[in-house]
Amino acid sequence: MNRTSVRAVPIPPVLTPPKIILGVAVLALTMSLSACGASNENADAAGAQAGGLSGDLNGAGASSQEKAMEAWSTGFQGLNPDVTLNYAPVGSGDGRTQFVEGGTLFAGSDSYFDDDEGELSAANQRCGGEDIIEVPAYVSPIAVAFNLDDVDTLDLDADTIAKIFDQKITKWNDPAISALNDGVDLPDLAITTVHRQDDSGTTKNFTDYLGKAAPDSWSYEAADAFPVKGGVAAEGTSGVVAALTNGKGTIGYADHSQTEGLSVVSIKVGEEFVAPSAEAAAKVIAVSPRVEGRGDTDMALDVDRTTTESGAYPVILASYLIGCQHYASTEEADLVKGFLTYVLSTEGQDAAADLAGSAPLDAAIVEEASGIVDAIAVK
Amino acid sequence: MSSTASPSSAPHSAANAPTQRGDRIFAALARGAGLAILAALAGVFVFLTVKGAPGFVQDSSAYGDAGNFLGYVWPLLFGTVLAASIALIVAVPLSFGIALVISHYAPRWLAGPVAYVVDLLAAVPSVVFGLWGINVFAPRLVPIYAWLEEEAGFLPFFRGPVNPVGTTILTAGLVLAIMVLPIITAISREIFAQTPRLHEEAALALGATRWEMIRLAVFPHARSGMVSAVMLGLGRALGETMAVAMVLSGGGLVSFNLIGQANPTSIAANIASQYKETTPSKVHVLIATGLVLFILTFLINFAARAIVARSERRLHR
Repeated sequence: MNRTSVRAVPIPPVLTPPKIILGVAVLALTMSLSACGASNENADAAGAQAGGLSGDLNGAGASSQEKAMEAWSTGFQGLNPDVTLNYAPVGSGDGRTQFVEGGTLFAGSDSYFDDDEGELSAANQRCGGEDIIEVPAYVSPIAVAFNLDDVDTLDLDADTIAKIFDQKITKWNDPAISALNDGVDLPDLAITTVHRQDDSGTTKNFTDYLGKAAPDSWSYEAADAFPVKGGVAAEGTSGVVAALTNGKGTIGYADHSQTEGLSVVSIKVGEEFVAPSAEAAAKVIAVSPRVEGRGDTDMALDVDRTTTESGAYPVILASYLIGCQHYASTEEADLVKGFLTYVLSTEGQDAAADLAGSAPLDAAIVEEASGIVDAIAVK
Repeated sequence: MSSTASPSSAPHSAANAPTQRGDRIFAALARGAGLAILAALAGVFVFLTVKGAPGFVQDSSAYGDAGNFLGYVWPLLFGTVLAASIALIVAVPLSFGIALVISHYAPRWLAGPVAYVVDLLAAVPSVVFGLWGINVFAPRLVPIYAWLEEEAGFLPFFRGPVNPVGTTILTAGLVLAIMVLPIITAISREIFAQTPRLHEEAALALGATRWEMIRLAVFPHARSGMVSAVMLGLGRALGETMAVAMVLSGGGLVSFNLIGQANPTSIAANIASQYKETTPSKVHVLIATGLVLFILTFLINFAARAIVARSERRLHR
């Protein structure tokens, strides 16, 4: 298991007893220098806590957040050189389990805790019987990509996509597809769908979209495992991308940041066709309501898949960071609070957008989440 | 070896051999090593049983569409055996051939480098085989699969529709074949080379051709070792995880179609794919499938040993 771990070793100022005055001068100089550095970084880190924190911050969870976590780890440790941030991308399920068992201080997860198997109760138990904190941290559009000679883009609606992935539409020149794409020369070629072989938050969000946006054509429930038999299965996002790149006539879904070089479907939202983009994904999060019946600190979102908001792209993956309201020690509480504050800051969201292609969170969401995170304290 | 197993030449028992402190230390170390491997194996078995036992009787939702453990594990078992069978069918004749070339046919200046290169294959990590398989090997096989469907589509193995990505169980089997090839080759090469020179010369003196000499002198002498080599190769083929998970497009079904889009998955690859994002109850199910794989490997090994022992007894009658 590879761990994201970047460590900066601070150089302590050296004090020698005989030259104590010089020593004090050096110390003062060092302090003013570091204050200067910190304030420089602070200038564009709206609200991010700078300096002062130290210790090990261990988290684990969704591999979808791995790239973003690299960006956050670098940025957060840049502000707090004494902190070592370890994030093990073991997958959402393991991440949640490790958090519940108390092995980690925070978890990253593609799906929010649900109570079907008592996971949410167990998580609340781990946090001393209080509601856990769940804040959206990483939002990324899922692209529907395909491989056809001489076709660079296609317009499809949810219904057609559902029928394609349900193996009901099996030819590229099917009337349902050509009706949406006037003037595109579609070949008489079999459609091969590509889906994730491993359980994945991407699959869950994609099937959730199909179930809600095309209920007549998609009868399956949203799940981590792709529900339809048939089609090609591939391991991981990279496996799906490899299959799409190598196989003619294939269509599949993958995190938008990974589909560079592939042709991408524009999806019908309202009356227009929207291509996946960070901005279009952020618009959906802004209009999505909270899951009902949960604590105030639990920002689990019911992503609005059927939005008709202009320019919104509803096929997105929303990944959460999960923690407790109160921790056993001041150090733990400050670390988690500092880290989550950084992630939610403009700087943190921009860093993830640059490196992982995620969609920066909407200002209203950030404000609400920051309020929750600010309240993290020692027991 | 079996040829010396007559009562009169029984090995010295440890009791009447002269012993010194060095002997005792060595004996203790050797015994410790032997016991350690047994203990490790027992530990694995205990872990699989303890963690896997709840997996046999989970709520039906943990088994997906299958509904119960048997329905869940059967397609995986089928896929495991199918992929390993393809690998062995391809790799065994090839390996024995390469081993014979190295030990008996090739001139020495050629045999050395060939043996070295084959050994190097064993050092390639399985992830590399997986990457190569999905990005290079599988796409190259697609035209061949298309041809097979066209020409031999009446056979259930090549019924199609062809997987345009090439990630079929046949591809996975072929990648596995390449992975087990160096193991089988390296061991059988050593064993072929140990054939007593006198046996070989006697066969040649009786007028045997080179091939007849190998059939009459080399193979009977090497049989037990050849089985060991195949068993080790089979072990790798059954247990290989990453390469299969990356190369195979699994669908969890039972089908003899070797070139289709959805294929049977192997137990190990299924664990690798499903383990990352899963619920606690499913983890038990996955570990239980691991236990099934463990038992399967054991049974196959026992069966192979029994067959060899019987055929050797018949040989000496």
